[in-house]
Amino acid sequence: MNYLSHVLNHLRKDLRLEWRSRDSINGMLFFALLVVVVFGLAFDPAGYPTTTRQISGGILWVALLFASMTALNQSWSRELRNQVLEAQRMAPSPASALFLGKALANMLFVLAVEAVLAPVFIVFFNLHVLGNIWLLALILPLGTWALVVNGTFFAALGLRARNRELLLPLLLLPISLPALLAMVQGTTGILTGDLDSIQIGTWIKQLIGYDIIFTTVCILLFETAFSAE
Amino acid sequence: MEQRTPTLRNVAWLWFGITIAVLVVGFRQAIFLVPAEATMGDVHRIFYYHLPHAVLGLIFPYVNFVASLAFLFWRRRDPLKALTADALAVAAAEVTVLYVGICLATGMLWGKPAWGIWWAWDARLTSELLLWLLYVSYLLLRRYSPSGQAGTVGAVLSVFAAIDVPIVYMSIQWWRTQHPAPVFGPNGGGVDHRFYPAILWNMAGWLMWGVLIMLFRFALERRRQLAEQEAALQAIEASLEIPR
Repeated sequence: MNYLSHVLNHLRKDLRLEWRSRDSINGMLFFALLVVVVFGLAFDPAGYPTTTRQISGGILWVALLFASMTALNQSWSRELRNQVLEAQRMAPSPASALFLGKALANMLFVLAVEAVLAPVFIVFFNLHVLGNIWLLALILPLGTWALVVNGTFFAALGLRARNRELLLPLLLLPISLPALLAMVQGTTGILTGDLDSIQIGTWIKQLIGYDIIFTTVCILLFETAFSAE
Repeated sequence: MEQRTPTLRNVAWLWFGITIAVLVVGFRQAIFLVPAEATMGDVHRIFYYHLPHAVLGLIFPYVNFVASLAFLFWRRRDPLKALTADALAVAAAEVTVLYVGICLATGMLWGKPAWGIWWAWDARLTSELLLWLLYVSYLLLRRYSPSGQAGTVGAVLSVFAAIDVPIVYMSIQWWRTQHPAPVFGPNGGGVDHRFYPAILWNMAGWLMWGVLIMLFRFALERRRQLAEQEAALQAIEASLEIPR
């Protein structure tokens, strides 16, 4: 079995687990919906369309960030039951394959949430997008991967810590600030139509760079973090 | 290092005394002797405390990073050396939080009269704040982790932090910047030579102070590790005794 098939096996296992319980996706979806509703009540988006356009990129990403954090912890704590994690550690497959499979599965879950959330968001916030909306199809997956790859890693890093639910945001938020800046700026630029395509291209390139760098670091260091004792 | 030898203790006291003396000279230079700056007047004198903490707050993270890499290298090969590296990493991280915190605080105190605002979200300020946040999260992660794992997970996070800070700096640089350009180095605007004594004395004094508290914290951490090892050894020996 080569590396890719190990990754695919882990991915298939995580997808099957999620399909049978549907815990993460339901939780994330409802949580993100609630965040959108709360922000909608707080800012009165229907009354001020221009302001809404300027802030909604940030609100969308904050909702997704918090929602994905609720799922990231679950994705590892599910492995703690019945000593599955110890079995994974003894398995002959490389540890980073487990990580990549889980990160890809989490990515698919968050993308599913985004696919449902984006139309709801546009309806609730009365959004009339002024820029090229198809560029969002590029920014959303890149930004999601930036959040999910680091989030999956840090959830594993704090797995055996006391109060790990608290620890994940404390680690993930500072590290992902540059990615957050890039995706919020890029999304806002598209929604308001203020940025030209070159500026948006700069943010997209930054996101790509961030994704490549941190995916590499995560894969290289996962073995160490996973077998820390 | 961790043995409490009289020589080491005397050197530490001597170092402490010299540090205090240098800091006193630096204080006198900065507050009384150096002329006031042309546009900002006496407010400028906080610069002599802001700059050393800013520069040194960027040096101690490197100590932490190098010690973390050494820990990861020695973790399997030579666990005792790895423990030493780990103690140095903790000490450097705590001094980093302290120095960067002081840099941020003096910067705010200076920013209010100079810019009219306490805080601006510009490249240098934001990356400095992020550096502070990252090292606070490093210390929290170590505290929450089970004691056997704290070193490894901390070292891994330290590598992430070392990669993240330059990225933040570059990404916000493209975004916006308000802080004045660096005054030293190839692109620096330079400082009037009359200000040099205050800058250099304070730089030397705060460097010596930082090294002192870092080594003090290092010795403390080593002693804690040794006590922990001793306790573990005693527990093993007690469990091996055969009841009659």
